[in-house]
Order: sequence, then C-alpha cells, then structure tokens
Amino acid sequence: MNNGFKPSIVGFFCNWCTYLAADLAGTSRMKYAPNVRVVRTMCSGRVDPQLVLWAFRNGADGVLVGGCHPGDCHYQEGNYKAMRRTNLLRKMLPQFGIEPERVRLEWISASEGERLRDVMNEFTEQIRRLGPLRSAATKKEEAAA
Amino acid sequence: MGKPKVAFYWCASCGGCEEAIVDLAEGILKVVEAVDIVFWPVALDFKRSDVEAMPDASIDVSFVNGAIRLSEQETMAKLMRRKSKMVIAYGACAYQGGIPGLANLTEKEAILDYVYRQAPSNSDGAANRPQQHTRVQEGELELPEFYDMVKALDDVIDVDYYIPGCPPTPKITLRAIEAILQGQLPEKGAVLAGDRALCYECDLNSTKPEKLLVSQLKRVHQVIPERDKCLLAQGIMCLGPVTRGGCEALCVHGGMPCTGCFGPLERVRDYGAKALSAVASIVDTTDEKALAKAFEGLPDPAGTFYRYSAPASYLERKRQTV
Repeated sequence: MNNGFKPSIVGFFCNWCTYLAADLAGTSRMKYAPNVRVVRTMCSGRVDPQLVLWAFRNGADGVLVGGCHPGDCHYQEGNYKAMRRTNLLRKMLPQFGIEPERVRLEWISASEGERLRDVMNEFTEQIRRLGPLRSAATKKEEAAA
Repeated sequence: MGKPKVAFYWCASCGGCEEAIVDLAEGILKVVEAVDIVFWPVALDFKRSDVEAMPDASIDVSFVNGAIRLSEQETMAKLMRRKSKMVIAYGACAYQGGIPGLANLTEKEAILDYVYRQAPSNSDGAANRPQQHTRVQEGELELPEFYDMVKALDDVIDVDYYIPGCPPTPKITLRAIEAILQGQLPEKGAVLAGDRALCYECDLNSTKPEKLLVSQLKRVHQVIPERDKCLLAQGIMCLGPVTRGGCEALCVHGGMPCTGCFGPLERVRDYGAKALSAVASIVDTTDEKALAKAFEGLPDPAGTFYRYSAPASYLERKRQTV
C-alpha cells in the first residue's frame, strides 16, 4: 500500500538527555532513519499538546517526544508531566480519527545513543505502516484552498 | 446623524444567545433608546429582502450568533457582513464553533445515517432523507446544503470583535454595547470579556492549594462537592485555570465546574489542547496504570476539552480518511 511513503516525523527532544543522545549518535557515526525532524526543547514537560497538534496540522505523520528517564528530570518532574499529558492526548486522539500510536514518548538518556538510533528506526517503521496522516483528498483540498 | 443601526442574526445556535439579549431585562430599554434595531428575526418581523434592500455598510453593528452549518447561514453571514460596518461574533458558537461544533467529531454521512435511519424514532422504515433539490408537482423545492463540517463565523467572514460565552452574560453584553456606543473599543479582533483566567475572579480561588494535585478525576454526577472549596482541588474537572474570565464564575457559584464556554486566553491558540495539558498535569501519579484509572473519570476527552471550540481547534474535525 504505502510504497514509497516517506513519513514526516517531528521529534521534540529534551535539551538535557535525548538531544544529547542524538548528538552522541551523530558523533558516533550511527546510521538511522532520516525521517525525524528534531526540535530541541528545554524539557519534555515543555512540550505543550498544542505543539503536537500543530505538528499534525502542518503535515507531520507522527510525533516523537524524548525526555529524561523517570527520576532524572533536570527540572525535577517535567518528564512526569509529559507522561501524563501524552497519556491523555493518546486517549483523545482516536476521537479525532487519529491513531494514538502516532504519538510516542520515550525516555532516552544522554549516554543512550544506540537506543536513540533504535527508537528512530522503530518509530519511523511504525509510522510507515500506519500510512500518511492526511489522505490524498485532504491534501488536494488544502492545496486548492 | 440618527441613532446607530443595530442588527441581530442567528445561525446554527440554540436560541440561548437571543435569550441572553432578552436577559438584559430593563437594561434593554437603555439599548433600545440608544439604537435602532433594523433586523432581528427572532423578535421583529423583518425579512431577508429588507436587509438586501439596505445600502451596503448601512448597519453600524451586527451581532451574529451561532456556528455555520448550512449554506444558507454562510449566505446570510456574508450578507450581514456586506451590509454592516462592524460584525461581532456573539456567543461561543459564532466565536469558536460551540456545541454544534462537536458534530465535527462525527462524519457528515454518519450523522445523516443516524438521524434519518438508525434513530429509534424513525419508525416508518423508509429512511427518507431530505434532498437539496426535490421535484414536486408545483415545481422544485430547495433546501440549503448541509456542510461537511461545522465552521466558526470567522471561517466564512471577517469578524471585528468576539463576545464569548454560552451564552454571553448580560453584563459583558451591556459592557460591549456601551463600549461601542462610546467608541471605546479595543483593537480589532479583540475578545470583549476578561483578560485573565476565570480563577482570578472565582470566590473559591483562595482555597486552591499552591500545588494542586489530585489522585482521581471525578465527574459531576459522582460527587456532592464541598461548596466552599476549589472544585478542581476536589478532583472535579473545572476548566477555570485555562478559560477566559468575565462571567464572574457563575457556574462555580452554582456548584458546577467551569466547562470553558468563554474560550481560550489571549496567547492560547488551541483551547482543548491547553485544557488537556492543564488537567493531565495535576494528576498525582507517575504510574501508567494509576494514570489510566484516574483518567476513567474523563471518558470523553475531546467532548470535554473541545466542548465549545472543535471547529477552531488545530485539528478542526475528525480526520478524513477518504
């Protein structure tokens, strides 16, 4: 079905861990799927659900939020807030016809470059299987508008 | 120059906004004294042709309530826009889509199928659906088009000001009318209500703990709230912290939580997402299972957070898969 479909994914990565893991993966010359556009945020708790929906509205097929492991948050509990919000957001998305699997929250520490690579690959594959968020008809409609 | 000319019109609405004008009670006398009402289908016998006959931009202010669901409403909204110097989106539906906007969570086809076939009150089995064009002996009958989705007023016309609320309270309505009459309006596009969160004007705000955490979200029918304690602190989902003030916390006074009819605060672009964010972050657990349990008190998140604003949200409607 989704032959040739290249998912667009937005990644919101915490400045203190997941973003550093991405740095590490890069300096270690690891290869992984290039589909995730990374946005550095100061904390996963800073990722307002508005940002996730804005990404979807603007063409993202999936959103990956990366934060520090539980207990490791630079701001004490930002990652727990991210967890609660993501949880509730995933409960709500099906009401808008969006699969909850399109939003993923992962704890990746600064030293986990390999894990970052694996998550990037896995999530890209998962979104590829789900297909584009917006149908061809919707895109056509938008282009016309 | 004569008195300012004012018009009222309704689109997809329940009539509550019209009621709100009547709720001005004796205040309406002051208004009627100061202005000429030139069009008000709910109360005065003017027809569309009367409006069409008016010169363009001859009405000083039009208050339009209701969302846009039918082609006829869009036509009327455009007519009102052309004939008016200023258009005010009056009430939650015109402002952000309101309750009718919740229909955007269901596809058009599913709505029509339910109403004309599945609903238990359809006993004739014929499953007849109203058609836009029907030929009868006397000629062709025409109905307005039932749109694919519900829109807010500013999706179809340029809107000068917004008065929020379901319905707007008499106080903010009068204040807005006074501001218009005295020429003391803020910048175009402003929402004519409070500019701070509802909590600031709520009597129970002083009982809101510094760090608000709850272990379980509760629905209103499940608890008898303590009357003099912040509802949110009791786990009852009050949307005061993310909702624009201006209503003086009427619902909370009546023992009911805020459901968000005044809409988002100034810097918020998607009310529902912000409300979701606020509610989720006060749940006091870090355990996935306990979290799911706490959210059981919230069986319909989209309907709760986007009760008045689905068409104005980032997602606007249920995803189209075809």
